[in-house]
Amino acid sequence: MSKPIPTDRSESVFEDYKHEYDAKQAAVEANRCLYCSDAPCTKACPTHIDVPEFIRKIATGNLKGSARTIFEANILGMSCARVCPVEVLCVGDCVYNQMGVPPIQIGKLQRFATDHAYAQGWRLFEAGAPSGKSVGLVGAGPASLAAAHELRRLGHACTVYEKRPVIGGLNTTGIAPYKMRADRSVEEAEWVLGIGGVEVKTGVEVGKDITLDRLEREHAAVFVGVGLGPDTRLGVPGEDLPGVHGAVEVIERMKLGKLALEGVKSALVIGGGNTAIDGVRELAGLGVPSVTLVYRGSEAQMPGYRHEWLAAREAGVASAFHAVPVAFEGSGRVQRARLVRTDAQKKPIAGSELSLDADLVLMAIGQSTLGQLLSGLAGVLVDKGRIVTDESGATGRKGWYAGGDCRNGGKEVVNAAAEGKAAAQAIHRMLGGKDA
Amino acid sequence: MPDLSTNCAGIRSPNPFWLASAPPANSGAQVQRAFDAGWGGAVWKTLGVPIQNVSSRFGAINYSGTRAIGFNNIELITDRPLEVNFREIYETKKKYPKHAVVVSLMVETQEEWKDIIKRSIDAGADGLELNFGCPHGMCERGMGSAVGQEPKVNERITAWAVEYSTVPVLVKLTPNVSDILPHGLAAQRGGAHGVSLINTIKSIVSVDIDRFVPEPRVGSQSTNGGYCGAAVKPIALHMLARLSRSEDFDLPVSGIGGITNWRDAVEFMLLGASSVQVCTEVMLKGYRIVEDMIEGLGEYMASHGFQTLDQLVGKAVPAYSEWGDLDLNYETVAKIDDKKCIGCQLCVVACHDGAHQCIHPAKEEAGASATRVPVVDEAECVGCNLCQIVCPVPGCISLVAVDNGFAPASWNQHVTTGAKLRPKKGAH
Ligand SMILES: Cc1cc2nc3c(=O)[nH]c(=O)nc-3n(C[C@H](O)[C@H](O)[C@H](O)COP(=O)(O)OP(=O)(O)OC[C@H]3O[C@@H](n4cnc5c(N)ncnc54)[C@H](O)[C@@H]3O)c2cc1C
Ligand SMILES: Cc1cc2nc3c(=O)[nH]c(=O)nc-3n(C[C@H](O)[C@H](O)[C@H](O)COP(=O)(O)O)c2cc1C
Ligand code: SF4
Repeated sequence: MSKPIPTDRSESVFEDYKHEYDAKQAAVEANRCLYCSDAPCTKACPTHIDVPEFIRKIATGNLKGSARTIFEANILGMSCARVCPVEVLCVGDCVYNQMGVPPIQIGKLQRFATDHAYAQGWRLFEAGAPSGKSVGLVGAGPASLAAAHELRRLGHACTVYEKRPVIGGLNTTGIAPYKMRADRSVEEAEWVLGIGGVEVKTGVEVGKDITLDRLEREHAAVFVGVGLGPDTRLGVPGEDLPGVHGAVEVIERMKLGKLALEGVKSALVIGGGNTAIDGVRELAGLGVPSVTLVYRGSEAQMPGYRHEWLAAREAGVASAFHAVPVAFEGSGRVQRARLVRTDAQKKPIAGSELSLDADLVLMAIGQSTLGQLLSGLAGVLVDKGRIVTDESGATGRKGWYAGGDCRNGGKEVVNAAAEGKAAAQAIHRMLGGKDA
Repeated sequence: MPDLSTNCAGIRSPNPFWLASAPPANSGAQVQRAFDAGWGGAVWKTLGVPIQNVSSRFGAINYSGTRAIGFNNIELITDRPLEVNFREIYETKKKYPKHAVVVSLMVETQEEWKDIIKRSIDAGADGLELNFGCPHGMCERGMGSAVGQEPKVNERITAWAVEYSTVPVLVKLTPNVSDILPHGLAAQRGGAHGVSLINTIKSIVSVDIDRFVPEPRVGSQSTNGGYCGAAVKPIALHMLARLSRSEDFDLPVSGIGGITNWRDAVEFMLLGASSVQVCTEVMLKGYRIVEDMIEGLGEYMASHGFQTLDQLVGKAVPAYSEWGDLDLNYETVAKIDDKKCIGCQLCVVACHDGAHQCIHPAKEEAGASATRVPVVDEAECVGCNLCQIVCPVPGCISLVAVDNGFAPASWNQHVTTGAKLRPKKGAH
């Protein structure tokens, strides 16, 4: 299964930025919930957790029922409670916002119920009667985990192929540690797989260590949940100097081991999305004295979440807007970045160069796509690197399904969970099973 | 998972949760939706000669920002044609053979009772509930609580119903009496198979202070109505326990009144109810509340080792005794957990103004050791619970038993055998 991760990791220094509820805090908040009907919070959740119901169950003291309501909709409810951008999902749609009253802290309540379920060791679901069919799942990230759990409830045998030694996908290797640390994600993945009947083959890269042909021969259906690929690059001179890295790659090192940051005085993180915002907060939290986010647009144009950026600013990070690197320079390793100013359309303004000191640079301008993995399979369409499927997750080739970042181009854990589950149900129907 | 299957007076249902006879059980479509949501049974909205209702019909009391802790209505029995009701009962029973459909009835003459009972049973009723409880409107016409308040009339009509019925008969009692027992016994003498209680309590819920009209307002007038909802639970529990404890009364009881969640339901069962009925909470929150009730009851039973409902029904009845038999030497004092205390001083003011002036603010101290955790003077504390009741932090104030060296002694024992009582506390 998953290779154990070291206990002492760079990310270990971080504490949760949203404190957890104890029983009395949870009770006060749960009793504030209006128990709306046809609730907007439930609609806002991609997995459609029955939010008012799980909250009412906290209020009556039926914590097992509360956890069941959450996991029934979203088996990754424990990590989602921590990592979901609730401000723009369920909490953002709480009707209390319409009243100008603080919205219900749904994420914290969900964390309370799901943490309790983990602490109690409750196993709430059983595998279905064996169907005799086997499904292969590529990648052990949120999408595949949700799919595998649902497939097991429906009785299908599962084999998960994961190229990394650890499971959980970006939930393990990418999430900002002040939201969730890697060990929690691995624990979740193992808890999900605890339903039994899932063989996990780590260290196996599909397309390299095992061919797609073989997967197709060995399984009645295949679910592809490979997520996204390595960080993309700007393609400017000096980008291969030591000290210039992809952000996701560095975050993974911080989460799974020790990151050597001794002597780093000023770091630049290039990009305006959530990975860039995580990157600056993480570097600041790890003690880098000067951390600057460099973005080619304005502050208002940043694609990252506003609430995350405000928190980063509060953590003391600096920013350089309307600037884009044109070269990295230094002898032996990076020492400075040369940048050019951009206009309102984010286009470079000629002759407006400036230079910023930097002994560490993280490139957070996006991740490449892995859809080309399937490009050799007749019938499967890949559009701008995304695997094209119908609503249920079915590709154009019978028996091949996809979900998560490799299908949606990169969203959230909760989208991957929803797509994985939906694809599992579609696979079940394709294999002749009754509607779940 | 424990077995929730229910048998109340011979009426069987997959679980003990029934809709009470009221708007949520007004039509076939509603009752069927309720069964789909998980309700085990339903007592159909009372049938009789269809009436005409007023508008508006409901009022509620809010307390400290919580809406509708008590509810009040002035509506009457069904206003839908009887043949429509019976057709829907028939269809519902056909679709849901395992669920309990109890038909609530209220008519006047013996002939009417005979006729409506036959039609109910022909439609497939699993049981009948005689509505002797409605405290407004119908009683002015000699029905409802006008019957429930007269044991002789209650007994006579019950006997008619039992004679004409081939299915179990429940008598729904009104709480608008000084002592419920004679009324339960009247139903028993009449041959009822069980009783249900409580119906609503005669009430005026509020007054519109600008229009000078009580509520709910019908134009420029109003009338007294029936009070129900969370606030009435204590009254219902007492009436239930009064019957359960009586040696003369031995009918099964369907408990009603202020049940909002599985905990309330468990309380009713522990005091002797073998099924429970809900009206107001369903009106306020919908049929969906039953999912938590079923799960919560199941978990409760599993955690206490109960496999079937009869193992818990009535389990708290033996502990309900007369005041004169309580142990006067049992002594408790309040203890405040200084780690949990948030310093609100609500216990201080409550004890000072409403109890025995024995919780004192922490001494004025400057600096780091300053604390707002109040101090209980245990020598003066009478152990009344008031501080615990006002404390907003669960588990912060507990009433702890102290060993005062006195053997247990009740007032009755003191009077009859001279048993020694501890010195009174706080009585100076
Ligand atoms: C830095 C960062 C921070 C994020 N923060 C949040 C957040 O706070 N909240 C949130 O909801 N989302 C966040 N996300 C997004 C979230 O992590 C992803 O949307 C989610 O993990 C996608 O799940 P997935 O299963 O589709 O893919 P992944 O999680 O990427 O998992 C794919 C798995 O497939 C494996 N794999 C790839 N190719 C192969 C192959 N050929 N053979 C075998 N295995 C293969 C990979 O090793 C990986 O384990 C963040 C993403 C990043 C990059
Ligand atoms: C609007 C309304 C209508 C009611 N109609 C009836 C009725 O027709 N027959 C009856 O037996 N009880 C009727 N009741 C009383 C309820 O069945 C029930 O006994 C009472 O409301 C207490 O339960 P609760 O606290 O769960 O509401 C009615 C109650 C309400 C609120
Ligand atoms: S609850 Fe329905 S029937 Fe009653 S007043 Fe409102 S809209 Fe009218």
